[in-house]
Amino acid sequence: MAPTVISMALATRPDKDTAPGKAPGKRPSPARSGMRPSLVRSVWDSTIGKKTVMAVSGLIMLGYLVAHMIGNLKIFFGPEDINEYAHWLRTMGEPVLHYEWALWLVRIVLVAAVVLHAVSAYQLSRRDIKARPAKYVHKRKRASYATRTMRWGGIILALFIVWHLLDLTTGTVHPGEFEHLHPYQNIIDTFSTWYSNVIYIVAVVAVGLHVRHGFWSAAQTLGAGNARRDKVLKATANALALVLTLGFVSVPVAVMTGVVS
Amino acid sequence: MKLTLRVWRQKNAGADGAMSTYEVDGISPDMSFLEMLDTLNEELIVKGEDPVAFDHDCREGICGACSLVINGDAHGPERTTSCQLHMRSFQDGDTIDVEPWRAAAFPVVKDLVVDRSAFDRIIQAGGYITAPTGAAPEAHATPVPKPDADFAFEHAECIGCGACVAACPNGSAMLFTSAKVNHLNVLPQGSPERETRVLDMVDQMDAEGFGGCTLTGECATACPKGIPLPSIAAMNKEWLRAQRRVARR
Ligand code: HEM
Ligand code: FES
Repeated sequence: MAPTVISMALATRPDKDTAPGKAPGKRPSPARSGMRPSLVRSVWDSTIGKKTVMAVSGLIMLGYLVAHMIGNLKIFFGPEDINEYAHWLRTMGEPVLHYEWALWLVRIVLVAAVVLHAVSAYQLSRRDIKARPAKYVHKRKRASYATRTMRWGGIILALFIVWHLLDLTTGTVHPGEFEHLHPYQNIIDTFSTWYSNVIYIVAVVAVGLHVRHGFWSAAQTLGAGNARRDKVLKATANALALVLTLGFVSVPVAVMTGVVS
Repeated sequence: MKLTLRVWRQKNAGADGAMSTYEVDGISPDMSFLEMLDTLNEELIVKGEDPVAFDHDCREGICGACSLVINGDAHGPERTTSCQLHMRSFQDGDTIDVEPWRAAAFPVVKDLVVDRSAFDRIIQAGGYITAPTGAAPEAHATPVPKPDADFAFEHAECIGCGACVAACPNGSAMLFTSAKVNHLNVLPQGSPERETRVLDMVDQMDAEGFGGCTLTGECATACPKGIPLPSIAAMNKEWLRAQRRVARR
């Protein structure tokens, strides 16, 4: 028996209906037939699935950023406090885990999150641009600032992540005498140069904007958003963005103003 | 009212198009936007020129045929369809830009007419119930809780005009597809095919070359029927649930 089909729009070019691979009648329903690809394949090949990967990897990074920001605030309690914290990061999980194992585990998860997030962002963005090839002649302002800056903001963040690791993890581009496990002095050296201040502050503002749209957006992607919860989700996104921005920016500002020296 | 119109003219799908400028006079503020275009077309026909092609049918805001981007907004400045937009929303002497829906999945056929059969194919992929319907059943035969009925009805209001796709910077059909999925998935009649429906319709949506959703909210702002943005989150939830269920089978 034929299913009831409601024709929604005018089929002005019926020839296209018979184009191979386009008409659903000629394509086996992947969900109904046994030809369904694996879960991983069907998630990665779908726009919703790829967005889910972005949401989950984004939330993992967001969780890390909150912990990272709190850790940074230890600089306000003096060199012993933050240097000891740096040491603890390497011994956490002991004696079950060996020295630095837990830290490496975190690093592996973060690298996976960054790569998955960036690859999905790139592929989805390419698709989005292709889906809207012609622009409107009549221009008008669209969407909020945080929403419109997700792609550029993301690229700024990707570049910053590389710079930040070369600066304060490996010491490759560090402006001072980089000393492993002495973050207090390393941080002061970094923020004693004007360009480091500029780089870090720009990146932190980019994080704030990215999280502002990203947190709320991830909730929608994961199906947690609804009309009732919308206010709470938006407020949480704004609070997270504000707290992260202020928390991170307080360190370079403190060094610049001599509060920490 | 006297108006200057800048209208997208394109001979056929393969031709290059451009904006053409026309002056129209004697427009009443009570005319609909489409009646204003009728006036222009009558003048063009008298002059022996090709009239502007645009889609329209019911002219009462229920069929979803009309589809104009007016001054950059899908269906123009009011939350309604182009056919229900009246000239009182404009000022005497205004210049108005009129363009077709823009999306790779909605190619221009001629002037302001685009091919929206991609929407039909999304519906054909699962936007129905596989059951003999016959005559209307007794209304209380299948009880539906009031909140579910309201939710279904809110989404059933979608007329499939495509304003959501036209307004979306990514040419995404997520709002349309979510309206159709949510409408049927919440009802007892639609629930046996709940998983296959959402998976197949989203699959077809992707196959048509629509973009992904970046939650800009432009679609819900443009929708003449007020399909809300959280509909997309509701469909995402259905899709994730269906993925888990089908994987377990
Ligand atoms: C590698 C650098 C990054 C790139 C290239 C990038 C790019 C993007 C892009 C293009 C989007 C989609 C925007 C949209 O849907 O409108 C996005 C979403 C998101 N980003 Fe990033 N981003 C990066 C880093 C980060 C970081 C460090 C975080 C941690 C806070 C993060 C958290 C998120 C979240 C939570 C979302 C929302 C996902 C969703 O909509 O479901 N991103 N990112
Ligand atoms: S012509 Fe039917 S909705 Fe406008």
